[in-house]
Amino acid sequence: MVIKESWQDRTVKIAFYVLLTVFAIFCLFPFISVISSSLSTESSILKYGYSLWPREFSLDAYKLIFKDATIYRAYGVTIFVTVVGTALAMLVTCALAYPLSLRHLKYRNTINFYVYFTMLFHGGLVANYLLISKYLDMKDTIWVLIIPALVSPWNMFLMRNFFKSIDESLAESAKIDGANDIYILFRIILPISMPAIATVGLFYALAFWNKWFEAMLYISKEDLWPLQYLIMRIMSNTQFASELSSKVSLPNYVVPTLTTRLATTVVTIGPIIFLYPFLQKYFVKGLMVGAVKG
Amino acid sequence: MKSNVSLQTGKLVRGEKTGFIAEMKKNYLLYLLALPGIAVIFIFSYLPMGGIVIAFQDFNPIKGITGSEFVGLKNFSFFIESTDTLKVIANTLFLNTLFILCGTLGSVAIAIMFSELTGKGFKRVTQTLVTLPNFLSWTVIAMFSVSLLSTDTGMINQMLGLFGVEPISFYNEPGYWPWILVIMKIWQGAGFGSIVYLATITGINPDIYESASIDGASRWHKIRYITLPLLKSTIILMLLLAMGGIFYGDFGMIYALIGRNVALYPTTDVIDTYVYRALMDLGDMSMAAAVGFFQSLVGFILVVVVNSLAKKFSPESALF
Repeated sequence: MVIKESWQDRTVKIAFYVLLTVFAIFCLFPFISVISSSLSTESSILKYGYSLWPREFSLDAYKLIFKDATIYRAYGVTIFVTVVGTALAMLVTCALAYPLSLRHLKYRNTINFYVYFTMLFHGGLVANYLLISKYLDMKDTIWVLIIPALVSPWNMFLMRNFFKSIDESLAESAKIDGANDIYILFRIILPISMPAIATVGLFYALAFWNKWFEAMLYISKEDLWPLQYLIMRIMSNTQFASELSSKVSLPNYVVPTLTTRLATTVVTIGPIIFLYPFLQKYFVKGLMVGAVKG
Repeated sequence: MKSNVSLQTGKLVRGEKTGFIAEMKKNYLLYLLALPGIAVIFIFSYLPMGGIVIAFQDFNPIKGITGSEFVGLKNFSFFIESTDTLKVIANTLFLNTLFILCGTLGSVAIAIMFSELTGKGFKRVTQTLVTLPNFLSWTVIAMFSVSLLSTDTGMINQMLGLFGVEPISFYNEPGYWPWILVIMKIWQGAGFGSIVYLATITGINPDIYESASIDGASRWHKIRYITLPLLKSTIILMLLLAMGGIFYGDFGMIYALIGRNVALYPTTDVIDTYVYRALMDLGDMSMAAAVGFFQSLVGFILVVVVNSLAKKFSPESALF
C-alpha cells in the first residue's frame, strides 16, 4: 500500500529539491566561470568581462604557462609534498592512533590529553616562526611544508575512533598466536581500516596539496614554491604574464595577464576535480564512523 | 567511599596494578609506535608554547629568547591601548560570530534537506557539488572572487549592468565585505559541514519517525519536533568546538581574499592578519607574540567556560 502524501508534505519536499539544486548550482558556478574564462582570449575578457561560456575561444594562456618551467616546478613541489607528506603523516598518525585506541594501555588518557590540549592552546605565530626559522633552521627547505604537519590532532582522533570500533578480540587472538603489536597494526588492523585510511588520507592529501601560508612565511626560493603559493604570487604580481611572454614578439599581441592567472588556477584544481568524485563515497562513510564523540 | 571501593574492585578485575616501569616493559612496542607522533607534537606544538615568554620581553633576535630583557606587561598595554587593535578585535569577533552562526545554520539546513530526500542519483550529484568547494584552497577561491567581483569585468557587475545598475567597486568598499566573506564561507564550508549533522540524523531510530507518521505528523512536524531536538547536542558540540577559535581570524581565508588591500581593512582586518603584518613588516616580535598569547589565552578560557555551561545545560554535548 502506498501512503498518499499530503500536499504540505509534497510542498516541503519540492522546496527542498529546489533549494538544494540552487545551492548546488551556486557551488558549481565559479568553477564554470573560471574554466571558461581561462579558455577565452584576453581581449574578449577585457571587453566583455568574465563569462560562463568562452566568447572567443583561445588556448593562449595555457600555451604560455606550459611553455615555461615555472608551473612544472611548482607542480613537482606540490606533488612531492602531497605524496611524501601524506604517506609520512598517515604512518605517524596511525602509529599514534592505534595505541590510543586500546583500552588496556595505561597511559592512554594522559597521551590523549597531551594531544587534545594542542587543539585548545597554541604558542602563536611568532613562536612558531622563531622556532622553525631560527632554532630548527628549516627555512627554504621543502621539509618545512611537511614535517610540522605530520600529525593533525583532528585527523588522529578520527583515526583513533575508527580503530576503537574494531573488536579488540581480533588483536588479542593474534597476540595469543605470538604476533607483536607492530605486526598486528600493519598486518591485521590497517588492512581492515581501508575506509578510514582513505578518508583521513584524503584530508591529509588535501591539506598538503593546498598549503601556501607556510611557503609564504618560510620559502623565498622560487624553485620551492608550491602551486597554491604560485597563484598567490601571480595574483599580486602583474609582471608574471609579461615575463612569460617576453619571448613572444608578434604584432598586436595582447599579453594574457588575466587568462594566465585563470589558467594557472584551473591547472591547480584540475586533479582535485577529477579525483574527488571517486573518493567522495569513502569519506562520507569514514566521517560518519569518525563523528562518534570520544 | 562507594566509588573508591568500585574503583578498587575494577582494578583488581582488570589486573592493572602496574607501575610505570612495569607498564613500559609490558607495552613498550605500543609506546614506541606512539613515540614519533608524540615527538612531532612536542616539537611543533609544545615547544612554541615556551616561546610565549617573548610576549613579556623586549625581544631581540640576536640575543634570542634566553638573552632578551624582560619588560613585564609593556607589550600588552601597548596592544590594548592602541585603537587599531580594538578595531581588529571587534572585527575578529564580529566576523567569527557571523561565520559560526550562518555556517551552522547552513550546514544544519543542508543536512536536513538531504536527509528528507529520497532520489539517490540527485542526492549523489548534489552532495558532490556542495562538498567540492571545501577542497579548494583559499588562493583559488580568491581567484574566483576576482572573477565575480571585479569592477569592470566581474560577473556580478555585468549582471547589475543588465538591470541598469552602476558597477560597484567591491574591492574599495569595506561595507560589503563582512557579507561577502560570510557568503564565501558558506559556499566553501556549509556542504562539507553538513556531513557531521547528516551522520547524526542517519543515526536516529527510524521507529520514531514511523510512529510519528502513524500519529499523523507531517514532514515539517517531524523535522521540527524530532530531527531538530535530536540534533541539538551535535549542534552544541560543534558550536563549542568553534567557540575556541572565535579569537582567531581565518588567516588563510582573509589574507588570500583581501591580501594587502588597505581599503578593506576597516571591516576585514582581523587579529591574525594584524599579527602577521606586525611580524613581517614591522618585525615587532614581542608585540606580535603578545597579541598571539592574548588570543590563545582568551580562546582557552572561552572553551573552558562554554564547556562548563554546556555541562550544565546539555551534559551530552560537553567536550570534557
